[in-house]
Amino acid sequence: MTLPSFSGSDDPGPSFADLLKRTRPADALPDRPHDLAIMHGTTVLGVRYADGVVMAGDRRVTSGNLIAHKTTEKVFPADRFSGVAIAGAAGPAIEMVKLFQLQLEHYEKVEGVVLSLEGKANQLGQMVRSNLPAAMQGLAVVPLFAGFDQRRQQGRLFEYDVTGGRYEEQEHVASGSGSLHAGTVVKLGFRDGLTRGEAIHLVVHALYRAAEEDSATGGPDLIRGIFPVVATISAKGYERVDDTELRASVEAIIAGPVQS
Amino acid sequence: MTMPFYVAPEQVMKDRADYARKGIARGRSAVAVLYTDGILIAAENSSATLHKVSEIYDRIAFAGVGKYNEFDQLRIAGVRHADLKGYQYSREDVDARSLANAYAQMLGQIFTHEMKPMEVEVLVAEVGLLDSSQDQVFHILYDGSVVDEDTYSVIGGDAEAIGARLEAAFQPGMDLGGATAAAVGALAGPDRTLTAADLEVAVLCRTSDRRAFRRVEGDELTALLPTGSSTA
Repeated sequence: MTLPSFSGSDDPGPSFADLLKRTRPADALPDRPHDLAIMHGTTVLGVRYADGVVMAGDRRVTSGNLIAHKTTEKVFPADRFSGVAIAGAAGPAIEMVKLFQLQLEHYEKVEGVVLSLEGKANQLGQMVRSNLPAAMQGLAVVPLFAGFDQRRQQGRLFEYDVTGGRYEEQEHVASGSGSLHAGTVVKLGFRDGLTRGEAIHLVVHALYRAAEEDSATGGPDLIRGIFPVVATISAKGYERVDDTELRASVEAIIAGPVQS
Repeated sequence: MTMPFYVAPEQVMKDRADYARKGIARGRSAVAVLYTDGILIAAENSSATLHKVSEIYDRIAFAGVGKYNEFDQLRIAGVRHADLKGYQYSREDVDARSLANAYAQMLGQIFTHEMKPMEVEVLVAEVGLLDSSQDQVFHILYDGSVVDEDTYSVIGGDAEAIGARLEAAFQPGMDLGGATAAAVGALAGPDRTLTAADLEVAVLCRTSDRRAFRRVEGDELTALLPTGSSTA
């Protein structure tokens, strides 16, 4: 592999996506036969709390009526101070996350400074937008993006639609097939200035209720020890919440009053 | 039409090498020193924003001396090379040796075929995952020659004098403080004292999570520097 070099007008600058385009031909997207099984990941959410944001996602991936995977992770660190959660066609979504993580790091190394949180959110919007042709064929990817804005010293949440539209939310967001139920639980339990513990309990509860109503959302599995992926992003950066803390939260929900 | 004068190839190469060496000698030097937990890279650089030492990949760092725009061009090409390779294969497959070879190819090509050689020397350092036996430092010259160093390396105009001082100060198994003292003492020489503001220091730390590169700046650097006028 020789060093990539470009003439002035063709130089991709700090964009990894443009760099990729110049070094390999575009992937042709085949027409999708209607019976092709596509794996889908579902139900991710984000909630703002006093010190930042908490993100959470269930672990299930479905393929039609089948459960394809039980332990998939759908919440990822994008860089030190931001995270991305994905819902939709699992293959393109995981590829998008990988490219997004690379893009942020690539920019940081080429330019010598980190992108602003606003800049990161816009970058992800452009990546969702460029996935639109695939989305039209049923391979939609709808991520959530959250991070701690070091200039404003606060947590921020963004959601996207398939066209790359970027919407900032002040309190909470949810995406994926169980988002209606999870979002309702969060909406009822939300107030300004939640503590870290309250916010984590709220998202675990929301996913638990969503899993009761939506077959594509996986609930916590105490027997196998499978819990949602929950992460907090604050001034301390992206931190994954430990399973013991999540287990305690799930056990409190189960021991609580039965709701139907 | 005038006929160009015949110039012997030996003379052409010698002129180009002299030209490159002169350009490099105008700038200040940089050193890399192996220590117990990784590799320290120190450069004399009074600018806080125009870096000579930078991160290339998870465990790989770059240092360049000479003409800023030329070694910065090499740095960016290196980041692109590494990120593309890590994306196409896996993060583990990105290594300093292949990057050093790519730099050598590019510099050699330019030295032989272009009007003007690049007035740069660069270091590519990679910190080993488990222990210092896997640490690698490559020194690449303006003409594409590569030197593989296993204890310390010096690039820049004053390399011989700095190398002699570092040879005397270097001990295997130094900690970060010892390595900083040795590197900065060698860069400064007996007659000068360098402060944190005159230096750019970074480490590739073996115990870091994924990205081993970290800048050592401000108070942390001042605390590591030998106090007073004593030079190691």
